[in-house]
Amino acid sequence: MATLVLLHPLTAALVNLDTRARVLHWWFIQITVANLVVIILMVLVFVAALLIPFRGPGSKR
Amino acid sequence: MTTAAEEDASRLETDDEWTVRLRHVALEKLPPEQLLPATQPAYVASWIYVFGVLTVSALVVIIASGAVLTIFGPSWWHTSTAGHFVNSIHIWSVEVFFFTMVVHLWGKFFMAAWRGRRRATWITGVVAVLAAVGAALTGYLSQQNFDSQWISTQAKDGINATGAGAFFNVLDFGQMLMWHIMLLPLIVSFIVAIHVLLVRIRGVVPPFAESSEGS
Repeated sequence: MATLVLLHPLTAALVNLDTRARVLHWWFIQITVANLVVIILMVLVFVAALLIPFRGPGSKR
Repeated sequence: MTTAAEEDASRLETDDEWTVRLRHVALEKLPPEQLLPATQPAYVASWIYVFGVLTVSALVVIIASGAVLTIFGPSWWHTSTAGHFVNSIHIWSVEVFFFTMVVHLWGKFFMAAWRGRRRATWITGVVAVLAAVGAALTGYLSQQNFDSQWISTQAKDGINATGAGAFFNVLDFGQMLMWHIMLLPLIVSFIVAIHVLLVRIRGVVPPFAESSEGS
């Protein structure tokens, strides 16, 4: 447990999550920054999954 | 080679027994080599095919961490360091579950993965998403903090507008907790199991260029 305590500054969230959420508002669209970041990450991962070649065994059936 | 005992047993079996009929149907629809195949078609060698199994992996972590939380209870996960840790594993595995499920859904949508008599596979996937949203909502309502208080008071108006508020009361903590730890995990696990079995029965949808299956 002492190791966990020592590692705490390293393992703590990079962004302070213990505050009020920041909300973006444009016309009728209202979204928190956290949700927007997750959506952008999902799009990036989706595009990367399509473009990055898969270097697995590549077996055939 | 069959033993005398096995021959006697096979003579006694008739198709009148539902267990025998069920076994025959199961073996016909899903032979063991198809249920747990050693190889996959060449087009499956792409990162976009990884997100389905990542979603199932995250679900396993969710169920396992949820089981640990159930064993020790709220007074443990709210107050002890180990409890906080397992609680965090539970919420972050949910984040991974929804993240990978959405990427999986986008991939399958743009592949039109319902082609080739795979409608049931697609529909069970959609139902799994809806059930998982319910499981997540009741989980957020079970946090016992200001966040769950805020979500419940916001959600009640929406639920009441559908007419379901009469029997699904988001302000009833006991009911939400029971749905979250018993009913919805069973439903999600069952639908995901059916979904994976259908993928094994029908196979992974081929790319458009390699497919002549149409519609």
